[in-house]
Amino acid sequence: MTDSEENIIQKPKIPRSPEIKLHETSLSRVMVIIVFSALILITGYTLTHLDTAGVQINTAFKELAMTLNQMFLQPNAGSDGVVLLIQALGVSILLSIMTTVIGAVFGFFFAVLASKNLTNAYLGATIRIIMAIVRAIPTIIWALIFSIVCGLGTTAAILGLSFHSVAYLTKAYSESIEGIDKSTIESLKVTGAKFWVIVFQAIWPTIIASLVSWTFIRLEINFANAIAVGAAAGAGGIGYQLFVASGMSFDFHETGFIVYLIILVTFMLEFIAVKIRQYYLSR
Amino acid sequence: MQSSVKFLKHKGWHQTGIIALIGGIYFIGSMILSFDNAKGLLSVPKAFNWLFVNFRPTASSVEYLPRIWQKLIQTVLLAISSTVVAAIVSMFVALIGSKVTGVNGYVQVIVRGIASFFRNIPLVAWSMILLFSFKQSDFTGFLALLLMSIGYLIRAFMEIIEDEASETMMALKATGASYFQVIFQAVLPQILPSVLSWILYMVENNVRDATLVGILTGTGIGFIFDVYYKSFRFDAAGMTVLAIIFVVIVLETISNQIRRIIL
Repeated sequence: MTDSEENIIQKPKIPRSPEIKLHETSLSRVMVIIVFSALILITGYTLTHLDTAGVQINTAFKELAMTLNQMFLQPNAGSDGVVLLIQALGVSILLSIMTTVIGAVFGFFFAVLASKNLTNAYLGATIRIIMAIVRAIPTIIWALIFSIVCGLGTTAAILGLSFHSVAYLTKAYSESIEGIDKSTIESLKVTGAKFWVIVFQAIWPTIIASLVSWTFIRLEINFANAIAVGAAAGAGGIGYQLFVASGMSFDFHETGFIVYLIILVTFMLEFIAVKIRQYYLSR
Repeated sequence: MQSSVKFLKHKGWHQTGIIALIGGIYFIGSMILSFDNAKGLLSVPKAFNWLFVNFRPTASSVEYLPRIWQKLIQTVLLAISSTVVAAIVSMFVALIGSKVTGVNGYVQVIVRGIASFFRNIPLVAWSMILLFSFKQSDFTGFLALLLMSIGYLIRAFMEIIEDEASETMMALKATGASYFQVIFQAVLPQILPSVLSWILYMVENNVRDATLVGILTGTGIGFIFDVYYKSFRFDAAGMTVLAIIFVVIVLETISNQIRRIIL
């Protein structure tokens, strides 16, 4: 009797481990730590071995502040005039729209052929490898390569920009297509629908929202690239004017004006992209 | 029945309209830019033909390899270090500016504005301005990549914090933890894998962008490509392109493997 009563009112034992383990060691955690330490070590090494070409950092920063002041606080159209700059801006916008259209059309067809759930594995793998190689070459190098064959100018710029766009959009679109539920495709196959009927009646409507948003992301990238190609490959447009103003005539007031124009366009593109994405997502 | 036919008809017109609009813009564009579509299409095979004849590295172009390799490694190191420094800076800014951990509404608006301002100034402009003050040195390339990356990473980090950390943070706040305890014990550990994934993406991107910066500011792999290209040593230029392809694909593979483990 007393024995069992004692058992009941027994004090609870103090838990053996006074510490609660906060972090579980897992492979993912170890990996994160390894990669971060490696990155920080590499950064430390690089920064201590950086070649500054004997430039006085202090005076350079002062100069930079002066340049930025000229650019952003006193912008003006310079010797080229507003009309010429707006025309050049228009050329760059057209370049980016056209290359995005080319990229979207070819990208969609390649994406359909490269998707694992639609075509056979070998064709898909071949296309994916080719596209990975095309993507690995920077846009600017594509533009330079084409400028030898077609001569400097818009044709080289369009082809150079398009190549990278096609490869990028192929990857993006095929990832969206591979995200489609298998049963959608199977059920259409059962009805005896032909390949392109499946593509345009089942796949196209299902992924249209993500297609549109990827295409607009690419449009923004293409606008940035069109400027870069204009500057470094002499392909015309606002990029060339920017290059001349900042690297040849050193007119930083004009540089500032051009930069403001470019920022205005990118804001507009972002705004349009958000609106259209909302429209497609709400349907 | 009637309405569905009507709906499909409407939808058909809608789609045709959009396609016509895009096609119209395309053809007006090619007229304004005097881009001959047929000629452009024909020059693609011509370009590849030319590439295979001229850009093919020969036995003698192997001697360029050590120099290309050295510049390429230098470029990759620059890309990594600029991304890491940008990540550290943007992490602080993102913590101050995000909706979850941020200070107040005004700061949030200011941070968002600064981030999109930095993001939208073209890389060409950064390179040329920095080249003017910092001359032709690796530091110029480093700064150009750094300033560009900061704009992207601030936005990415803010979105990550808002998406992933808000619940954990609320839970820790409820226990009475202080602001810094919440940041270091809940927010940072929670978002670390996604942050790392973004850093890896930015490194890949910066290696590619470093080519452009290099051509403009005379540093790294872009400079060496430009030198070979402009002095008509196309076999060496081809070798450089092959080396770039190799490094970019290796980096992509490594970071995909890392992502598969951490996410």
